[in-house]
Amino acid sequence: MPNTAKKLVSALALGTVAVAAGCGGTAPASSENVDLRMTVWTSNEDQLALFDSIADAYIADHPEVESITFESLPFEEYNTTLTTQIAGGNAPDLAWMGDLSADLIDSGALVPLTEAFEGTEGWGYDDLLPSVTGEFSRDDELYAYPFSNSPFALYVNTDLLAEADQTLDPANLTWDQVSAIGSAVHTATGKGGFVVNDFNYSSWNTLATVWTAFGASAWNEDGTECGFDSPEMTEAFTFLHDAIYVDESMPGPGTTADFFAGDSAFAIAQVSRAGNLDGSFAYDIQPLPAGPAGDYSVIGQAGMGVLQSSANVEAATEFLAFLTNPENAEKLAQYFPPPRASLQTGEALAANNDKFTAEQLQTVVVDQLPGAVTLPNHTNPAEVAQTGKTALDAMWAADADVPAVLASVCDAIDPLLAK
Amino acid sequence: MTDTRLEPREASDEAPRGRAPARRARFWTLRRTDAATGYLFIAPQLIGVLVFVVVPVGLAIWYSLNEWNIFTGELEYVGGGNYQAALDDPQLPSVLGATAVFSGGVVVLNLVLGLALAVMLNRRFKGAVLFRTLFFSPVVVSVVAWTLVWGFLLQDNGGINGVLEQLGVDGPNWLQSGPTAMIAVTFTQVVRSVGINMVLFLAALQGVPGELYEAARLDGASSRSVFFRITLPLISPTLLLTAIITIVGALQSFAQIAVLTEGGPGLSTTVLVYYVFQQAFSFNDIGYGSTLALMLLTFVMVLTVIQWQLRRKWVFYED
Repeated sequence: MPNTAKKLVSALALGTVAVAAGCGGTAPASSENVDLRMTVWTSNEDQLALFDSIADAYIADHPEVESITFESLPFEEYNTTLTTQIAGGNAPDLAWMGDLSADLIDSGALVPLTEAFEGTEGWGYDDLLPSVTGEFSRDDELYAYPFSNSPFALYVNTDLLAEADQTLDPANLTWDQVSAIGSAVHTATGKGGFVVNDFNYSSWNTLATVWTAFGASAWNEDGTECGFDSPEMTEAFTFLHDAIYVDESMPGPGTTADFFAGDSAFAIAQVSRAGNLDGSFAYDIQPLPAGPAGDYSVIGQAGMGVLQSSANVEAATEFLAFLTNPENAEKLAQYFPPPRASLQTGEALAANNDKFTAEQLQTVVVDQLPGAVTLPNHTNPAEVAQTGKTALDAMWAADADVPAVLASVCDAIDPLLAK
Repeated sequence: MTDTRLEPREASDEAPRGRAPARRARFWTLRRTDAATGYLFIAPQLIGVLVFVVVPVGLAIWYSLNEWNIFTGELEYVGGGNYQAALDDPQLPSVLGATAVFSGGVVVLNLVLGLALAVMLNRRFKGAVLFRTLFFSPVVVSVVAWTLVWGFLLQDNGGINGVLEQLGVDGPNWLQSGPTAMIAVTFTQVVRSVGINMVLFLAALQGVPGELYEAARLDGASSRSVFFRITLPLISPTLLLTAIITIVGALQSFAQIAVLTEGGPGLSTTVLVYYVFQQAFSFNDIGYGSTLALMLLTFVMVLTVIQWQLRRKWVFYED
């Protein structure tokens, strides 16, 4: 090989190695000039300002940390963007997580936090409610701090109820009552009866806010057996199907009825959605209606964790302990229902909430959290959700065979649950 | 016998014996200079193809032979495991069926409608420019914006059913049943992209020599004969081009499906490219997603090669 060619090949090889090292390698952990990045899905300026102020306070006491950035990603693409970042070797140091938590924990991508939190003076690990840590724990080890634990509640448009001459009886609130009033409102006003927010005939896991009232669950506790073909689930979906196609108390597929725009009488939505109430109609909020299985409560959760791939695991974990200490948890509580028992009073929550009274917050948040169940979540959530949706789509026709469709859902997701 | 022919000078660096030493051959001969210049001109495109096509395809082949846990970065070689999974995938036949129906519908409607519009607009009449602009304008609209608007119009209580109601027709719930959802996504794709084919056909039609039509008329040819025996053969190169572009475009249609139906109801509008996206980026199964992407690439290549081969039979070249 001529000399020039040899030099060229050598240079190319060296360059390739250098590029590979730069792209694929992990920079050595540094105790100085640490830059931390946390991915979040909020774009609310007030919330981001709060996070920035907490970060600034932390940096002031930790000169080795040069910057802490909160990277706001669109909610709809959050999971895809985060996993793409991880796959591309550009993972954040810390991340918010919803249903992706099961995959992250099971694949060992998250840093265990229990020891770090317990070892932080004044953090108060025992203050965390057991009902809200389960989703983010494995074998008593916590992998993400459940910073947001927002119960689902029944929002009521009292103006629409009055227009239809309907009255809600909160003392005996049941799904049958909600459906009957919803049907009457639809007949009288043409508006929708009740809607399950974010369901949109796609995100079926949100229907857990209904089927739990019938004693049903998507799968058993360890997630290995499908529960869609149970009699309780059949009863729940028969109720929903009748509400859509017989009573017309629930808007059908392809019909837009936004509660917060005044288009429906009721909505099942998280308490944290109250910010969407703009005062254009009178409203009330109640706990979820009782069903054949009695009273129940469901929460939607979000957690914050540290990724193992971070070059600054120690600094990131330390910052997370600071961000979630009792003092900062109280600040975060103005936007996100907290996981700490010490912050669970209606008065404390009402101090930063101008939509509901302390009494309402006591009823729909504080009283609900201890016994709450979470929305169904499973390893590989996107595939389980999509596969279930594909089968469940057959339910949304007037002549659907409810038990047969539910059996087909189990047939479809059983192989995924068995993985 | 000794070969007495003269060797070209470049063939040997050794000077012929008994003669004065020849000058060393120049490296940059005219031919080499021309070749280097040519390569320099195509270098930007070549680098682009290399970086954005060859390398990704190579990586896709590699990923298709592996299981990649993207959360931990572990790559496990599985050989033909993903290809076997494709053969065993119970959903894939439905996906391929939906892909065939959607692509076939888009191609046929797009070409027929594009040609019909071009023939219509090739006649000079008042307002022709306005119509041309009207039909072409969706091409320049963002595909997501276009689809979002159609998403609202196609709702059960949306604009289209509102208009139908005024006419006394009870419109279907377009996006909630398989057949109507397929019609809806095909329609929105065709209306958005027909303008580009229309313009290409129009340019081709205007290139057909007028004397041929005149001669045909003098010979008493019917309009039908003129169209099928003069117009169509003379614009057949454009027909080939538009057919290839439209088929490739149809197989790549993603945004319409993602925004309008998310592949539903059931799998009725889950076309292959959307299925690839789901597997690779929603389900994080990069290995299987890459396998399906290679399947899609193969389809596109085979269809293009078939069309290219068929051109000899039905494409008319004046030369």
